[in-house]
Parts: sequence; C-alpha cells; structure tokens
Amino acid sequence: MKKFEGRVITPGEVTAEAVVTKQGFNTLASFQMALQFGDKEVKCGDQNNEELHGKPLIGKALCLPQTIGSTTGGLVLYCACAMKKNPACMLFANHIDSLAAAGAVIADVWVDGVTMPVVDSLGEEFLNYVKDGMKITVKENGVVEVED
Amino acid sequence: MILTKEQQAILDGEKGETLAKVMKTLVMYGEAFEAEKLVPITSKYNHLVTSFGLKVMSPVYDLMQQLLDAGVASGQKFSVDPRPIDKNVPANFLQNLVFNKFMYTKQNFYEKQLEKLGLIDKDAFSCTCYMDEMGNKPGKGDVLSWAESSAVVYANSVLGARCNRNSGIIDIMGSIVGYVPYFGLLTDEGRKATWIVKIQTTKKPEAQLLGSAIGMKVMEDVPFVRGLDKWIGNELDDTACAYLKDFGAATASNGAVGLYHIENLTPEAAELGESLIAEGAKEYIIDDAELERVKNNYPVIWKNVDASPKLCFVGCPHLSLEQLKSWTDSIESELKKNGEKKVVIPTVLTAAPNVLKAFEETEYAPRLKATGVITSYICPLMYMNNPLCKKMPVITSSNKLRTYTSARYYTDAEILGIITNGGKR
Repeated sequence: MKKFEGRVITPGEVTAEAVVTKQGFNTLASFQMALQFGDKEVKCGDQNNEELHGKPLIGKALCLPQTIGSTTGGLVLYCACAMKKNPACMLFANHIDSLAAAGAVIADVWVDGVTMPVVDSLGEEFLNYVKDGMKITVKENGVVEVED
Repeated sequence: MILTKEQQAILDGEKGETLAKVMKTLVMYGEAFEAEKLVPITSKYNHLVTSFGLKVMSPVYDLMQQLLDAGVASGQKFSVDPRPIDKNVPANFLQNLVFNKFMYTKQNFYEKQLEKLGLIDKDAFSCTCYMDEMGNKPGKGDVLSWAESSAVVYANSVLGARCNRNSGIIDIMGSIVGYVPYFGLLTDEGRKATWIVKIQTTKKPEAQLLGSAIGMKVMEDVPFVRGLDKWIGNELDDTACAYLKDFGAATASNGAVGLYHIENLTPEAAELGESLIAEGAKEYIIDDAELERVKNNYPVIWKNVDASPKLCFVGCPHLSLEQLKSWTDSIESELKKNGEKKVVIPTVLTAAPNVLKAFEETEYAPRLKATGVITSYICPLMYMNNPLCKKMPVITSSNKLRTYTSARYYTDAEILGIITNGGKR
C-alpha cells in the first residue's frame, strides 16, 4: 500500500476501485450519453480517451490529471451527483481546474445526501503509481491510500 | 478569502438562505483557487452556457426554480447559448419524436425560467453573443461571469475582457450576487503565457485544426502564438475575428484554453508584447506535418467509415455575417465548377438569430437559398447529442462538434468539395 497526500476540495471518506486516465478528462464527452440515455454503469463516452472509453464510471475512484472540454462540465458533474450517477470520488494529480471545482462545489452545496470526496494536488507520482482496479481509500484529511 | 461586510452578510444569511448558498458556492469555488477576494462584475450583460431543456437535466431546472422561488434574479440581463432544436434542420420522423417527446421536453419550461431570471430577449440564443448584431460584446478589461467555453476564450483573447473558464451554473451565480472570485484569468499573472507556439507552416493553417493542435498540447495553459500574424494580418478585422473565433473554440474544446495571445494582433499581445511570456515558457512548433499528424489522429467512429455523408453542419461556433457571405460565394462558385445547381448533401449553416436576420437583408440570402443550403440558429452539438445521430454519418468543419459527437471533421475546403460534388474531385 502506498499513501499520497493531497488538498481537500470537498471532504468525505470512501473506498472504491480505481479507474485511471493520464490525459485530461472531458466531463461532457464522458458523461453526456450515459446520463441522457440511462446507462446504469455510466460508461465513459469520450471517444478521444482510449484509457476510459467504454469503462464504467459510477462508484469508481476516478484518478485523473484534470478535466478539460466544454464549460458545461461542472454542470454535468453536478447533474451526475444529483442523479446519483457520480464517481465515488475524484482524485486529481494536478491542481483542480475551474470546471471540476465548480461541479464539486455545486454538488456539495446544493445536493443533499450525496458525498463525492474530491482531492487535488496528489502529484504526478500518484498517477504513475495507480492502475485500473486498484483499491483506493480516501480519508477526510485528503490522504489517499492505494492498495495493489 | 476576505469578504466585504456586504458579502459576509449575504454569506451569513442576512438576505435569505438561498442567496447565502449562492455566496457559499462562489466562496468555496474561489477558495479552490486560493482567491483572496471577490471582485465586482463590470460587463453590461452576462452570458449563460445552458440553453437546453433536456429532460435529463432536471437537477438544473430544480436549482433554477429554487432561485426563482426565493425571489432571486440575475443582477444582469443575459444571453444564452443556442437553442437545441429548429424545425428548419432536417430530421426524420424518429429524430423528431426523440427530440420533441423524449429529449427536449423541458425546453419551453426552461426558457420561461430563463425569462424570469433575466434573459435579454427571445432572440438572445447564440454561442456568439459577442457578434455586433447580438449586442453582448464586453469591452477591454471588463470582468465577466460567463461560462460558454468558446465565448470565454474569445472575450479574453480577442476582446481583452477578463473571465475565468467558469462552469454552467457558476455563471448565473456570479451575476446574482454581482461578484466573481479573483483568480486565474482575472489576474495579470494568470494571463501570462506559459507556452510559446511557433507557426512554421507553408500556408495559412486551418483555424479549427490549429486550435485543436494547440489545445491538445497546452491544455489549460495560456499560449503565446508567434507567426500567425503572417497569415491573418495585424488587424482585428472581420476575417481575423472570425478566424480567431473558430481557432479559439477548438483550443477550448480540444483542450481547456481560456486565453491565448497572438503576437502583433490580439489586444494584450499588441500592447504588452513579449512581457506577456512567463519565465520558463515551453515551446511548441507547428508545421504542416504536425497539423497533418493531428488531423490523421482523429478517430472516425461512424459505423461504416466509408458511408456517404447524410448531413453537413458548418457553424459551431455560430458563423459571423461575413462568414455566411463567404460561404455563399464559395458554394456558388464550386457548384458552378462542378456543373451542379444545388448542394448534393443536406447542409446547414448555423448563426445567431440576429446575424441570420441581418443576412436575410442582404442579396446573399436568396443566392444561398438557391444552392439548397439551409440556415439555422440551432446548436449542432445539441442536435447530434443522441444515439440516433451517432448512427448517422454527419460531416463538419467544427472541431468542437467533432470532439463531442460522432461528426467527422474535414477542413473547410474539403467540406466544400464534399457538399458540392460529393468530394469526387
């Protein structure tokens, strides 16, 4: 097991299986089809992301550098949370971007009964270490434990 | 974050619970970026990114209703992104059924919410609100609470306004309280370029392809682009602005660019020059081969990659009046060369409602109509945002549309060839 320490954007504790992308996560492209057409697994719909395309996102520990793409991104993330179709947590290697931060904050303030811990600044080493399927535990204080 | 007494009072709930939640959202959002304060919004109008009444987006309408029920409205009037449906755009029976009975069933409801919240008027629907005909054009140095990515990058880069790449919902929350957190692209430091991009092509680079290449490389960073003025000039005339509109939309959708500087052209680059380049800026050289590499790497996700196109969209982001005129000339000329009278593939040129009205008053409008091309105020992205369109071979010269849908990207010249003779020449 390896521990990483990041900065808490929205707090919470959760354990989930990792899905990993080393390229920017396009929130709209990833979620739009799944949310609109009731995909229960919320499979990633971003054709430009070979690492994630077709993989389920719901309930996963989404490990990413940052999000990219349309500025509906935060709104889409908020909707995913309100519809309970969100990842279990989002773990950013880099400083969080404005769209993901907005989505995380709006969900935290306006959605009752859903917690999606978001931690950023985990570092490049985090993304180099974590692999799909690894068990991830996020602590309230921003510590992220990764088990092989 | 240090708040003024007025801001703190709102956060403490002195003006009601809902407004306190709006303020809390903005404060938390700002704190994620170590913002030390909130600053006043100075633009006349706001612009919202969410224009679509998608049934599935009910959490958004619920939130808007909470604002309305609490008597909270936007402090600024606003424009909003394009409408998702237009009966002028070809759609089969099944598509119409899906659009009207399944997907956009909340459109009228949502538009009524927007009117109550502060929509400028019924025609204020376009991603290019900054066109003269639309009238929502901020000035240099104006602080904005916009969200639409292509509009934000245009406002920052071409108009010299100051706006972060805000998300939908954050946009309206800013104009409800009249403040935005001070960080990122609002600050002088955040507007410095951390990439130098050198254009070394042998011909004018395709705007949407160049923007895509830069967006994919620099992601959310600020590029300082050298050598592009050789191709698009040193004046922000209609042609240069249209080029930068399309270029910027591609940088923002293929990456996350919120601001670019074009040496000797965009306002801050012209004024401040190399002092805009941050120490240790990285370098990216773009030549013909690099653009070809980027284009060849786009995946084609049509079921049958050799299928004949069934529809063509040009105008994401919406076209300018000059672009509509230019496309009219080009289509007419190519049809004549090919011995055709009408386009051979259903083609839709999209533009803002007021731009289309201005176009209708020109002699170009009947000429374009004669070629069989349709004009529309629709958002092509929203039109294609369903599984029925995924099976449909649609072509486009928009890199944003390519990114978010199954539309296949071609350059403007290739599109012209395909729609006028099926691309046989």
